[in-house]
Amino acid sequence: MYESHSLQASHNSHETNGTYENYGTNVKTATELNDELLSSLAPPSRRWYLLVFLLGAVVAWGLAAFTWQVTHGMYVTGKNRPVMWALYITGFVFWVGLSHSGTMVSAILRLSQANWRRPILRAAEAMTVFSITVAGLFPLIHLGRNWIFYYLIPYPNQRGLWPNFRSALLWDVTAITSYIIGSSLFLYLGMLPDLALVRDRSQGWRRTLYTILAMGWRGTAREWVIYQKASTLMAALIIPVAVSVHSIVAWDFAVTVVPGWHSTIFPPYFVIGAILSGVAAVITLMIIIRKAFRLEEYLTPLHFDNMGKLLLVISLLWAYAYFVEVQTTWYAHEPIEWEVFSFMSGRYTPQLLIMLLGNALLPITAMCFKRLRRSIGMMLVVSLLVNVAMFIERFLIIVPSLSHKNMPFVWGSYHPSLVEVSVNLGALAGFALLYTLFAKLFPIVAISDVRELEERQAEVRLGRARLSSIAGKD
Amino acid sequence: MEKLTSPYKWGMVIDLDRCTGCGACVVACQAENNVGICEKQEISEGRNMHWLRIERFWVGEYPDVRVRFLPVLCQHCHDAPCEPVCPVYASYHNPDGLNGQIYSRCVGTRYCGNNCPYAVRVFNFYPHEWPKPLDNQLSPDITVRSRGVMEKCTFCVQRIRRAKEEAKGEDRPVRDGEVQPACAQTCPAEAMVFGNLADPRSRVARLSRSPRRFKLLEHLGTHPSVYYLKGGGREHV
Repeated sequence: MYESHSLQASHNSHETNGTYENYGTNVKTATELNDELLSSLAPPSRRWYLLVFLLGAVVAWGLAAFTWQVTHGMYVTGKNRPVMWALYITGFVFWVGLSHSGTMVSAILRLSQANWRRPILRAAEAMTVFSITVAGLFPLIHLGRNWIFYYLIPYPNQRGLWPNFRSALLWDVTAITSYIIGSSLFLYLGMLPDLALVRDRSQGWRRTLYTILAMGWRGTAREWVIYQKASTLMAALIIPVAVSVHSIVAWDFAVTVVPGWHSTIFPPYFVIGAILSGVAAVITLMIIIRKAFRLEEYLTPLHFDNMGKLLLVISLLWAYAYFVEVQTTWYAHEPIEWEVFSFMSGRYTPQLLIMLLGNALLPITAMCFKRLRRSIGMMLVVSLLVNVAMFIERFLIIVPSLSHKNMPFVWGSYHPSLVEVSVNLGALAGFALLYTLFAKLFPIVAISDVRELEERQAEVRLGRARLSSIAGKD
Repeated sequence: MEKLTSPYKWGMVIDLDRCTGCGACVVACQAENNVGICEKQEISEGRNMHWLRIERFWVGEYPDVRVRFLPVLCQHCHDAPCEPVCPVYASYHNPDGLNGQIYSRCVGTRYCGNNCPYAVRVFNFYPHEWPKPLDNQLSPDITVRSRGVMEKCTFCVQRIRRAKEEAKGEDRPVRDGEVQPACAQTCPAEAMVFGNLADPRSRVARLSRSPRRFKLLEHLGTHPSVYYLKGGGREHV
């Protein structure tokens, strides 16, 4: 096991090494660390069961709404001609966007060796897996004939037909499947040493579960070398997949001839938006997890400070992309393109203002100040508002363009129906439910990664050489 | 435009200077093609099923007001935006230059409906029923579409099929005017002319060369098979 490395982290050695920024508070022994970080796996309390029950009830409500839609027909949604895509596809794009959190925080920060990522990377990676899973359901929910969804899957069939790979929807199917598989592997691989750790400390069915999942991990030097290589490789591989996923989602719109959709800026604009909502969602989750599992020592204001800086940069990028999109359209003033924008800003003025406030004005101004970045309350407000604004942004991209297409005689409008709202709420609750269960079953803070950092902090510098101090209680 | 493998390239010319906006074509289309019967509510929700609609525009200020009519049906584009976006090939191009729609393949992504600039694709939001005795009128030549399926004008492909079969039986090409869709057949003003655009001597081909011709949203490069004729001048308004 990893504990056998037993690298002592004495306060003295830490202090001699002033060049290392301290992201935890005190350097702890392995036993202390394990005990604290694995306390989240303790038998659930009544409040936990209550939470699961509530979330389960909302999911059941969403499922009932979906069943109602399947048994009655698409008329139970608010869609019509010309607005044939609406809240479901908004949900789809939004959840795909959220799934960029894990990649951003974990993979990019891993490759750039930002050590402050360590306590939050598991939370972010798990969020990626669950949000992309939820996102993947939306295209199926929105089908007119959901029961033959398998027509979209390429497999030898009696119809003698291969699906149409010229369709952006097939690119979606491919990209999302790859991303679900890739991000699950990424999460799982990163969890291997922790699973072994939990295996050694658990009993009963849990022990059986972790034994299977840990795949015989023993923590030998060779295993660690392979593990490090594989994790770095996975991190490098998952980034292009993540970028391609949201570019492809953007192409669902950009490759059409719908005014307001047909725009070359869409793929980078969507990727930036995705990372923006992903980073904001990680901040929200950090706050929740910190509170729920009492991780104040591991998720310090310094982490929020760094995430705030990241949010500031991405928010500036988003504002730039949005400005470029609108400015080009405004300058060209092509009648039908401009019609879409003027309809959108007229009909959806409050939404547009919330979007601009939440995605640009508030994060850009607030995140400039260190005090606000380190204030948990402020970070919660900003991060929640960013995601509300991102949902609105997706909606404002999809619905107004369809409402006012090329033929003025069939211009229309859209009002969300109860069924659509219910399914979207069910998806949100489903995501939260998956997350709650995951956090109870698996270590939500990456113990081995945190320990690795502690180990580095315990290094002693002697001239040019760096030595680990190896002496301690365990 | 790809080179067509068929001797036929079906097309239509609609003379807007002749159209009176009577709506007979809409009724004929509904009767011919088993188009779902929509309640008032369904239509007010923007979910009517008409494959062919007459767009009505008012021009000028009262009392000097003129009305303009524009019958819009599937334009059977040769570079149709609806076709490549369908993930299951339900929307496809047939050798005669028609945009086919295969109902049994359609899973209802409605992507084609979004990408159709003419907004002529209609989606079965409701399960449609034909109250008695209207059910007796259902044509056996045509599928009755279930809910969740996209549908649209086919240029009455069942009539084209029959004409081609008859012509093949007699070992001759389909004659000009031998086949026409229900709308063109019904139009009292003879504003709609249907035929083979690949035959330069056909009536539709001759009309399509008229200096009054134009195509809808031509700038999008969809290459529609439907030509509209419209003169200048007040008297034609």
